Amino acid sequence: MQAHVTTRTRASTIAAFAAIALILIGFALPAFASRVMIQDMFFILTMLMLAQLWNLIAGYGGMVSVGQQAFVGIGAYAMFGGVLIWGWDPVAAIILGGFAALALSVPMAFFAFRLHGAYFAIGTWVVAEVTRLLVAQWRALGGGTGTSLPRHVTANIWGVDWVADLFDVRQAAARDILAYWLALALCILTIGAIYWLLRSRTGLALAAVRDNDEAARSVGVDARRVKWMVFLAAGFMTGLVGALIYMQTARISPDAAFSVTTWTAYVIFIVVIGGIGRLEGPILGVLVFWGLQSAFADYGSWYLFALGVIAIVVMIFAPRGLWGLVADRTGLALFPVQRRLILPER
Amino acid sequence: MENVLVLENVKKAFGALKVTDDVSLTVPRGQALGIIGPNGAGKSTLFNLITGNILPDAGRVVLMGQDVTRAPAMKRVRMGVGRSFQIPQPFGGMTVFENLLTAAAFGRGLPEGQVSEDCADILLRIGLLPRANQLAGSLSLLDRKRLELGRAMATAPHLLLLDEIAGGLTEAECHALTDTIRALHGEGITIIWIEHVLHALNAVVERLLVLDFGRVIGLGAPDAIMASKEVREIYLGIEA
Ligand SMILES: Nc1ncnc2c1ncn2[C@@H]1O[C@H](COP(=O)(O)OP(=O)(O)O)[C@@H](O)[C@H]1O
Ligand SMILES: [Mg+2]
Repeated sequence: MQAHVTTRTRASTIAAFAAIALILIGFALPAFASRVMIQDMFFILTMLMLAQLWNLIAGYGGMVSVGQQAFVGIGAYAMFGGVLIWGWDPVAAIILGGFAALALSVPMAFFAFRLHGAYFAIGTWVVAEVTRLLVAQWRALGGGTGTSLPRHVTANIWGVDWVADLFDVRQAAARDILAYWLALALCILTIGAIYWLLRSRTGLALAAVRDNDEAARSVGVDARRVKWMVFLAAGFMTGLVGALIYMQTARISPDAAFSVTTWTAYVIFIVVIGGIGRLEGPILGVLVFWGLQSAFADYGSWYLFALGVIAIVVMIFAPRGLWGLVADRTGLALFPVQRRLILPER
Repeated sequence: MENVLVLENVKKAFGALKVTDDVSLTVPRGQALGIIGPNGAGKSTLFNLITGNILPDAGRVVLMGQDVTRAPAMKRVRMGVGRSFQIPQPFGGMTVFENLLTAAAFGRGLPEGQVSEDCADILLRIGLLPRANQLAGSLSLLDRKRLELGRAMATAPHLLLLDEIAGGLTEAECHALTDTIRALHGEGITIIWIEHVLHALNAVVERLLVLDFGRVIGLGAPDAIMASKEVREIYLGIEA
């Protein structure tokens, strides 16, 4: 039969042009934005990446991990180790963070993949806690109290002088701009890679495994291999993001870098609010989260309580998140992955 | 003629319950075999043992002359074993077309582009083409059953295992499905079909196997089997 297959929609074509425009504006932003805005954008981009990566393993892969803080923490600590022990440049040491997280994700997967449902989640959390306790023993990096990147290091990061000259700003502001650019580039790479993965053959396998593990095996999908691949890739990328976040803050402690609240609870909140199992979800979710964070973060535990209530309300009334509501009303898909069969007109 | 499937003294128990009790069976290429037996007799379990969804406690499973007793389900699909589930197991979040595409791409080990037209042909054949771009989770029971058949066909099986694919359908729906299955048989595909709807089964199969409490209690030509006293006793309550 004459037929062809497409994933493109009118909205996705428009979205592709809009994305290119946004990326260009994004890179030019430091020329006219305030330092506070650059810092906010850094926060948004890094949380967005963590949310996309959690969405990849949980929303697409069905692996509900609550141990992602392990990868953020180990990535950040490996970066600090690279700088303070081996004298690497912090930007270069970010890659160490990725590989350290990759190395950690192997034993975590070995352990957690034996567990199912709630036990999988608990398993990942246990591994993260154990890692935090071990890292807190690392004297060279400040043990339980943590440490900072010394001024002579942060002042000499690759490219900082160049950025400072370019925008005529101080070194601290230049470091923020550099971190922001790296975050923007990494975020484009992350979303692009996930989108490419979902549209590839592996994307079909992943969706099949998510929907029905047994049926997936019965049509020849190697469910284990797909889960391993996705889990390791997400671990590596999460480690890079963790290293980047702590390159920007330049100060680290085990409790902050391995915080389950910041790097997993907030991240899950973003995905659930925005819409799980779709690339648009975390983008919408992170904007909502950032709005709430800027308006109410000063209220401390009441703020956390309110986040919990909002998450529950959304889960009950919009189980597929805010983007799910939008998509149901309008059929909009900015990153379509569905393969539609188009038959010739008769 | 070459044998597509050989089971040698296969045994499986769940706890104390012997669900497959020393079953031996040989299915030559191109044959259509029907399996009947009361609920809980171990019919679906026998399929799971053939596909590799569960592994036997003892005995041997041989497919296309190759011992696959411990081989994973995935490998057996690639060797040409396609199956439908008694309770439909669609990939609910994917479209009907994507369900077939996944089965074809992974079951045959080919790139998506090489199998998409074939998937469209199968959809046409099973009457699901108008629903190609609809989410599989939103299908009616009949369409889910059709999808089970279509997805199994998409893996390009030499041996097709159908588990109560006509159960719960109306007379007319059952008829259309039977026609498709008979046509597949006509193309030389070996078929094993578990079914309670006996007239549908008997319109297709050349041989009938009766299973009760995990044991083979009858195997032979459908007429002879249906005439035997043991089988009539079991089936008195099922089909008058
Ligand atoms: N995975 C399993 N674990 C435990 N018991 C099972 C399992 N699968 C099937 N059974 C039991 O084995 C028996 C046979 O089941 P099944 O093969 O589905 O029968 P049939 O398809 O002939 O109705 C039933 O009593 C069923 O409850
Ligand atoms: Mg059954």
